[in-house]
Amino acid sequence: MKISVDYEKCTGLGICESLAPDVFEVDDSGALVLLKESLSDEEREAVEAAVAACPTEALRLHSVVTTPSVARP
Amino acid sequence: MESLVVVGASLAGLRAVETARKDGFTGRVTLIGAEKHLPYDRPPLSKAFLDRGEDELAPPRPFYRDERFFIEDLDVDLLLGSPATALDPAAKTVYIGNRGVAYDAVVLATGSGARRLPGTELLSGVHALRTLDDAEALRDALADGGPVVVVGGGFIGSEIASSARKRGFDVTIVEATPAPLARAIGADMGAAIASLHYRNGTTLLCGTGVEAIEGGGHVERVVLTDGRTLPAAIVVAGIGSVPAVEWLDGSGLTLDNGIVCDETLWTGVEGVYAAGDVARWPNPTFGSLQRMENWTAAAEQGARAVRNALDPARAQPYATVPYYWSDWYGDRIQFVGVPDADEVAWVEGAVDDDGRWVVLYRAGERLVGALTVRAPSEIMKYRGLIQRGASWVDALEFATSRHRARA
Repeated sequence: MKISVDYEKCTGLGICESLAPDVFEVDDSGALVLLKESLSDEEREAVEAAVAACPTEALRLHSVVTTPSVARP
Repeated sequence: MESLVVVGASLAGLRAVETARKDGFTGRVTLIGAEKHLPYDRPPLSKAFLDRGEDELAPPRPFYRDERFFIEDLDVDLLLGSPATALDPAAKTVYIGNRGVAYDAVVLATGSGARRLPGTELLSGVHALRTLDDAEALRDALADGGPVVVVGGGFIGSEIASSARKRGFDVTIVEATPAPLARAIGADMGAAIASLHYRNGTTLLCGTGVEAIEGGGHVERVVLTDGRTLPAAIVVAGIGSVPAVEWLDGSGLTLDNGIVCDETLWTGVEGVYAAGDVARWPNPTFGSLQRMENWTAAAEQGARAVRNALDPARAQPYATVPYYWSDWYGDRIQFVGVPDADEVAWVEGAVDDDGRWVVLYRAGERLVGALTVRAPSEIMKYRGLIQRGASWVDALEFATSRHRARA
């Protein structure tokens, strides 16, 4: 799973940080920092709660699609 | 369980219907709303929504979802512009006038109504701010100029003052108590953050009430109980709100400053749960009956109440460390926990500096609250500590370590 942040919407309210502090942190300027982008299954539940709880609907969770390796020249 | 009815089409009601479908409820879902509007986001209404856009265009109405989403994606029957008028728990029916809507489970989320200034019904230029219609009326009025008098120095009143200052108007806030926000953040910190008003050119008059609001057709002046008179083209009441529960009189529910519930947001009446501003419940985090008027609780309670309503045998308590925020003059104010404290301690900043403020609240030996101004990186650390029942000593130690790490 992978998280994306819409920085146009995010205002750094921090509810995500309180639900999943290992994944999200608001910095001094109020900008959201992703502490990790790929999630273990254990972290997923907390992050799903954070996505649902975001007042500005700035967070999304994507399944990571593994692309088959392509032979490089 | 075939029919879910959600009464109240704001945030808590929206979360209730969304959660029901997300969890796989396939029965009928009806969402009843007093306003004609689809659910919309309220926090912006007293903030950016009041601003004039850079291109003079008004910001868009902050609807959460479009109508198609409710009808096609969620399969929800929308009954908007239809205030519920009665609940009959014996017949398991919600009434909108003569029209009955039967339920197996119902979530009551009718929110709050703004207190309005009595005796001003015939005077134009006098506003309150609760609904989208209120916000549009106020924004239109602000386009015509000040001076602006805000009655009430709470969060909403202060945000409105901030928006009006941004447009360059003379703004005066009239607050009846000696310090604003005493109930929300304590009297000392209320007085401290009032300094933001002075720094930004808003006049704040505390300890005086409103004697009369006068004008011929349109408001012209506000007469205060201390004898002063303030010229006014716009008067805005920011004097709080009351839970919208009158419609439940005679329903048999326990009504006492909201709808009294148990830990699971159950009202004690079969199938009837409450969420949002109307719900008064024993918050397990603090062990006392609380009623919230904030975004975070409305969203979470809407989801929790509907899950418990649809599966009462596996109902779970709703526990939270309250969180709310307010934006004044470009500064963010954030509060977590409760303000009823034996001691309030500044761990960063001071009232006369315009940098970061971090202030902690102690009750007994425990950390129970934290207030930050311009310190968005700190607040949620303290929400975590309060959630985990951190001691005061540990909280102060943590604050020192944060401070040291920054130095």
